[in-house]
Amino acid sequence: MIAFILRRLLQGVVVMLVVGFIAFSLFNFVGDPVSLMLPPEATQADRDAMRGILGLDKPFYVQFATFIDNAVHGNFGISLRLGRPVSALLAERLPATLELAGTAALFGLLAGIPLGVYTALRRDSWTARAVLTTSLVGVSLPNFLIGIFLILIFAVWLGWLPSFGRGDTVMIGAWSTGFATKSGLKAIILPAITLGFFPLTLIMRLVRAEMLEVLRTDYIKFARARGLTDRAVNFGHALKNTLVPVITITGLQLGGIIAFAIITEQVFQWPGMGLLFIQAVQFADVPVMAAYLCLIGLIFVVINLVVDLLYYAVDPRLRVERAAAGGH
Amino acid sequence: MRIVPALIVAAALAAGAPGDAKTLKWSSQGDAVTLDPHAQNEGFTNFFLDNIYETLVTRGKELKVEPLLATSWSLVNPTTMRFKLRPNVKFQEGEPFTADDVVFSIGRALEDTSNFKPYLAGVKEARKVDDLTVDIVTDGPAPVLVPQLTEVRIMSKSWCVKHNVTKPQDFKNKEETYASRHANGTGEYVLKSREADVRTVLTLNPGWWDKPEGNVDEIVYTPIKSDSTRLAALLSGEIDFVLDPPPQDIPRLKQDANLKVLEGMENRTIFLGMDQYRDELLYSDVKGRNPFKDLRVRKAFQMAIDLNAIKTQVMRGLSVPTAVMYAPQVDGYPKELDVVKAPDREGAKKLMAEAGYPQGFEVTLDCPNNRYVNDEKICVAIAGMLAQINVKVRVAALPRAQYFPKIQNYDTSFYMLGWGVPTFDSQYALQSLVRTVIPRTADGDYNFGRYSNAKVDEDIDKLKTEIDPKKRAALALEASRIHQQEVGHLPLHFQVIPWAMRSNVSAVHRADNKLTIKWVKIS
Repeated sequence: MIAFILRRLLQGVVVMLVVGFIAFSLFNFVGDPVSLMLPPEATQADRDAMRGILGLDKPFYVQFATFIDNAVHGNFGISLRLGRPVSALLAERLPATLELAGTAALFGLLAGIPLGVYTALRRDSWTARAVLTTSLVGVSLPNFLIGIFLILIFAVWLGWLPSFGRGDTVMIGAWSTGFATKSGLKAIILPAITLGFFPLTLIMRLVRAEMLEVLRTDYIKFARARGLTDRAVNFGHALKNTLVPVITITGLQLGGIIAFAIITEQVFQWPGMGLLFIQAVQFADVPVMAAYLCLIGLIFVVINLVVDLLYYAVDPRLRVERAAAGGH
Repeated sequence: MRIVPALIVAAALAAGAPGDAKTLKWSSQGDAVTLDPHAQNEGFTNFFLDNIYETLVTRGKELKVEPLLATSWSLVNPTTMRFKLRPNVKFQEGEPFTADDVVFSIGRALEDTSNFKPYLAGVKEARKVDDLTVDIVTDGPAPVLVPQLTEVRIMSKSWCVKHNVTKPQDFKNKEETYASRHANGTGEYVLKSREADVRTVLTLNPGWWDKPEGNVDEIVYTPIKSDSTRLAALLSGEIDFVLDPPPQDIPRLKQDANLKVLEGMENRTIFLGMDQYRDELLYSDVKGRNPFKDLRVRKAFQMAIDLNAIKTQVMRGLSVPTAVMYAPQVDGYPKELDVVKAPDREGAKKLMAEAGYPQGFEVTLDCPNNRYVNDEKICVAIAGMLAQINVKVRVAALPRAQYFPKIQNYDTSFYMLGWGVPTFDSQYALQSLVRTVIPRTADGDYNFGRYSNAKVDEDIDKLKTEIDPKKRAALALEASRIHQQEVGHLPLHFQVIPWAMRSNVSAVHRADNKLTIKWVKIS
């Protein structure tokens, strides 16, 4: 068990080093921030001086070592665009992204599971077919297009919901939340639906497939033979047994949701990390880009680790196999 | 229990009553990068800060220089300009405005960490004469000193000392400074709240020294990055004004009765430059010689490019074709030279044959793809036009962050550039774009094709110290004429900048694309 965790942790560290290296390479390959930071009229001497200040004149490996050392300490330097520490900027934006991602995931689960169950139980009804067809559209339409359609319908035509931003936020400690105000709640609806649409369809199809599988098994037939109610059979026995893979997938999707929030955040001007990243890309604000990549890498590594450990805890077979393999 | 409904009624009345309270909610794609007025010389940041900070002199609706914090100025001797300051002006936090603040602010803008040194080129120091009089001393005669001061914003000395921000923000000490998120100017609006990239709110300064001309009491600025979302917010009435509506949507916006579009020519020239320095081009199949050194080739290129087609097909009407390097709003604009000729493909082919390239040649046109309006599309269109005189143009488009370092290293044979003139004086354009390069100076610092002519250089050097406007215009005209005859660059057009707003908003369009909120009226 401990060896397994250690091995996983070690793999995580290697992954983070690779991500760190890619992030660091940005400093050398994504344009020249100096030419953007200085006015057009700056002389070559000014440019060289700025290069020295930013440490861009030192050899590659020295720059990389410094970068890793700083990154471990959570110090990614100062944003070239906003002139503020990157860690502070990310900390400010993190609540917005997590609230959006959490709401989107919740939306995906709360709508996806019932729809999946419904389409499995009534698989020949026309409503189930309609839902499935619509979900196909959801899978194939790009995220931003869904967002734009929603804006057009609910903000421009109907005028019910805001087209951009996060509404008014309330500070709870260092965490800014949009859940405490009416405008904040209204503002999260459209982006959360946009971002949650893909996980919704995924979960729905997964639940449906798993349900169809389980409904065919013997113990369901026995349960019916015993005369249990449909409700007890479908939800008590069938659904429960489909949920393990669903939870795993949802966990893994969460990382994806946070990472894909970039597009949704840009469409809705949602002030999260993704928007910060997009703006950083256009300005060649390398410290922000590097820190964002590292953070997303870390989120994925941590989620994977947790999911692995959960597997280990949930599925006894895994433990047995590993123990057997270790015996050789 | 009884009090509660009464309170609600009172609150409702208070919210509904103020009648004249007008809020301007506006947007564009990016935010001001800092509130420190001397840290980042970036166009948007500069005019955003004009709401809070004021300058000694400013530009009026006709873009002529007018008094602001200085009431008058005159030359004491050729290198000393004396400014009389406006009395009874207070900073927003209560400090009285005096000569000390002006001396301090000019010194601050001259610090190593300042981004505003170009606006104080040639300035040696500012000297206090008495509380309301300041002398600005220059190294030599400085004909454009006063217009340049429209970009040097005045801060309070005591406020800066108190908050330890006597120097502009520096990238060396990895800290943000107090002045980058707080502001205290003498202007019409006070900073109420600031969340960078999210929302910035300004309210009317009750102690402002002047009478408001517009009627905006509160400014709410929200940057919206995505073009379509920004437009949706305008259409749904969530915002009142968009500085940069996407050009392809302008015709549709014009048909909406709730909106209006204000168009004006920007003080920015888009042009192409050609390497006339190297003996062999970097990105071409011609070996051993440089076709751009031949005037006939440059002329043929000019004759082959159809500027009106670019206007109608690429720019959707939002451009004004030109034959010169700077716009009509600029002092010294050579009106008589600005005559756009119709394209002449046969003539161009003949010139190419005379120059020894009847079969044309290959060359790469470097082009930004996110800097100017339709930049890449323009380049592609030009490649098509030049193909008709057998010149095979490869368009290499890059994002601005990669593009500018590349051409600044002269790593190009043929490139696109757009040049605005913030000083509204021809010297700014001629010196940077046309004068022979002197490394590490402003001379030719954006002359990437390294065009060079001794007579032109002589005229431009005279411009630097000539004070008489008539003589300046004559010098600019002569330099421009020689440059045009030699086809030193290929001018394309001035950009036309549309602003979009709700129909109850009226604003004054400026050629430098600056929204001046103190002139905005909401009905």
